[in-house]
Amino acid sequence: MAEYTLKVRRYQPESGEGPYWEEFEVDLDPSLSVLDGILQAKDRDDGSLSVRCSCRAAICGSCGVKINGSSTLACKTQLGEAHETANRRNGGGEPIVVEPMGNMPVIKDLIVDMESTHWTKIRRVTPWLLPHGEPPEREYVVEPESMIDITQSMACIQCGACVSSCLSMEVDPEFIGPAALAKAYRFVGDPRDAETKERLHDLAEDPHGIYDCTHCFNCIDACPKGVAPMDQIMRLRRKAGEHGIDDPHNGHNHETAFVKIIEKKGTLDEALLQQESYAPGVKGKVKPTKSAIKGLLGSIPTVLRAIKTGKARSLPKLIPGVHPKLPDGAQDEVQAIYKHAEEHREEFNIYIKGEEDVEPEPDEKETV
Amino acid sequence: MPSHDVLVIGAGLAGQRAALAAAEQGVSVGIVSKVHPVRSHSNAAQGGINAALNPGDSWESHAFDTIKGSDYLSDQDAVEIMCREAPEEILHLEHLGVTFHRNEEGKLGTRAFGGASAARTYYVADITGQAIMHVLYEQLMKHSDSVARYEEWFCTALAMDENGECCGVVTRNVADGSMELFQAKAVILACGGNGQVWKPTTNALICTGDGIAMAYRAGAKLMDMEMIQYHPTTLAGKGFLITEGARGEGAHLLNAKGERFMERYAPNKMELASRDVVSRAEQTEIDEGRGFPDGTVALDITVVPKKRVHEALREIVLVGQDFAGVDITKEPIRIKPGNHYTMGGVKTDVDGRTDIPGLYAAGEVACVSVHGGNRLGANSLLDTLIFGRRSGADAAARAKRIEGSRPSKQVLEDEQGTIEEIVSREKGSGRRISEIKLELGTTMDKHVAVFRNEAGIQEALDTVRRLKEEAVSAYIDDRSAVFNQDVLGAIELGYMLDNAECTCVAALERKESRGAQYRTDFPERNDEEWLKHIDLQQDDEGPEISYSEVTITQWEPQERTY
Repeated sequence: MAEYTLKVRRYQPESGEGPYWEEFEVDLDPSLSVLDGILQAKDRDDGSLSVRCSCRAAICGSCGVKINGSSTLACKTQLGEAHETANRRNGGGEPIVVEPMGNMPVIKDLIVDMESTHWTKIRRVTPWLLPHGEPPEREYVVEPESMIDITQSMACIQCGACVSSCLSMEVDPEFIGPAALAKAYRFVGDPRDAETKERLHDLAEDPHGIYDCTHCFNCIDACPKGVAPMDQIMRLRRKAGEHGIDDPHNGHNHETAFVKIIEKKGTLDEALLQQESYAPGVKGKVKPTKSAIKGLLGSIPTVLRAIKTGKARSLPKLIPGVHPKLPDGAQDEVQAIYKHAEEHREEFNIYIKGEEDVEPEPDEKETV
Repeated sequence: MPSHDVLVIGAGLAGQRAALAAAEQGVSVGIVSKVHPVRSHSNAAQGGINAALNPGDSWESHAFDTIKGSDYLSDQDAVEIMCREAPEEILHLEHLGVTFHRNEEGKLGTRAFGGASAARTYYVADITGQAIMHVLYEQLMKHSDSVARYEEWFCTALAMDENGECCGVVTRNVADGSMELFQAKAVILACGGNGQVWKPTTNALICTGDGIAMAYRAGAKLMDMEMIQYHPTTLAGKGFLITEGARGEGAHLLNAKGERFMERYAPNKMELASRDVVSRAEQTEIDEGRGFPDGTVALDITVVPKKRVHEALREIVLVGQDFAGVDITKEPIRIKPGNHYTMGGVKTDVDGRTDIPGLYAAGEVACVSVHGGNRLGANSLLDTLIFGRRSGADAAARAKRIEGSRPSKQVLEDEQGTIEEIVSREKGSGRRISEIKLELGTTMDKHVAVFRNEAGIQEALDTVRRLKEEAVSAYIDDRSAVFNQDVLGAIELGYMLDNAECTCVAALERKESRGAQYRTDFPERNDEEWLKHIDLQQDDEGPEISYSEVTITQWEPQERTY
């Protein structure tokens, strides 16, 4: 048993007052959860303290909150651990801070309105299977890996922690968002769904769609179930690329430019980056297309700003070719890594993580 | 007054399946749930769903395993229906998009489960219930035009017409506290079991026996209420579930001496004997001093290949890590039997019909009975889906057939009055609701658990009746309308106490040991006197006892060994 102080952000809509903070003392084992703490305060001190909760075991997704500023499930965060985090951040003696989730309107205390935000976005992605024609007599026969692949998205319990933590949604409340896009991947990656292309076009062409994510990783940190919504968004982008869908922000080409330059030079030759992103073909050995010229011209203000602020003042950052090469045979090693990665293209997935079955790879070092 | 042909109460697997089946018949459907549907407790069903779908397996084999597992208290006509219809239901779910595990050929793959003579459990990692429920919710969203969803609406009573038929429900909109009387030609209860009556339990906080109590108060018969399953592998202290899938994948049970003690209790099936058998074995080890000092035995999952654990038991890896601080791939985890499932419930026929016309029940709230004295693992999801669908279809047929009557406003006013009375109780006028719940839970777990006897059950019953009196004056703090969880908690306590009283009365009545009911004072099964259901109906004095026949089709009761 140990004593903890929970500092809860409260809001009682019928009181006519704004939100306020209230501290509750609870007395529980450190291995018990912050939800257990909230419920003890509710049971002993104030039954009006409101929080959605049900399973207590991180399965139902009811108790999404922010604890010490991080979006998570109250039932999955142990009191001892939350106490340590609070102290680490604030230098000792600090209470565990519990607030309602972000990016969603607060209804009462820790209860937020998920319907107008989260669920509306979920419904935006046509969240049901769209097979063509009559189903087979037995089951659909599909690659076993495909089911494992989308089961990572199926592991989502719709708690909203990712939505709460999403920085893009703070800037653009209309962003479809991490949970709904992870749900979308569950269909895009499903071989039984017959509208993959239509779904991808829809999600790519929506200005608040898959290209609205800024790779901040917050949703991956927040997700209590390992769904890694950002990874699912990246999978959607990759699939969109494979279907020949233009990325309005040129992100796909930009990413490819990074990959290519490192493969050639080992480190990033920034002087080449813009050119390579818009007119692929290192050192400009291609005929630039109209859109490439437009993109390159469009990037001039960015380049000028970089020079002005000191981000691109040295020669290697301004003149292609001045960039230093890696010493000795290091570039060969880089290329060997590329080759290895190319031959072992595996998506990270929570359901495949076995260790003992991995055979040590034979030495693959080769010169290219 | 909102009105639907068919109104479903509860939105777990049974409720969602019932709503979709009714909507398919072209009637207007409403589904009411006190929590958002995806929060429902079907989520917690980890291991899988049984069906004899493999070539070489047969529905008869599945039925026999189920009946033997039930200790011959299940009704065999109902079991036959469930097992015959299981394969079609699995394929239906697969076609809707459930991401069932595949074998190397890309076809549906199975795992082994307790009490089964073949590997016939279909699964999605160890999130089977969640995966199926989220796919059904996808279908509800798809069919928004034909199924109206009332998410976070709490039911306080059934409405009856002057002919004694069920014609609606009184609800409270949790979001704003407004009360509403719903009219319906058929009401389907699908609101789950009563695990919260016990503490600890694997069940969610919402499993407070609402439907069982509402039906009982309306005069419906309850059946087999003494049959409460204790699951063999629950986490010590917190009561969280460790799926039977762990033993299905080959995990061992060990006592403190490191012995695989199931050798002595079920030499053939070992860890995969029926749940009642395994729970009793564990409790015996613990009671006889061969457990660990914290009153547990160990589940050793380290014998399962690590890759397989990560693929198929991922949720358990997380449960071990987050709630017990144990890496289950490296060391055994401490477990004990814990309250898990309500085999009994509202008495229904194979189409979900209760003895009140217009009132249906499906899923854990109901007792058809397919589980009898003990439910087999991975049969609960199947029960919810098969009888959810059948109830939905039959309720829709009734709705098409009858005119329907308008419920009287009186019931709404009564319920409003009850709530106002609770809210207006003086602070300090009695005990806190939470204290009464705690005393109820610990009392039931002490006396109406794995091993029972007359004195203990009687003590529990006396306690429950005292708590019922105390509940009348128990006070709450929250007087607001918006999300007043405090007042709903007080109503749920009333439901729980009715459930507890019925369970105690039935457990006291059944003077034999069968399935989950093990009486140390009557340690043998006694088919001659007790091969029958105990039915309970509300009376002024409490539950009135009567009996009904167990339907036997082709499997005569035999001695039960594993």
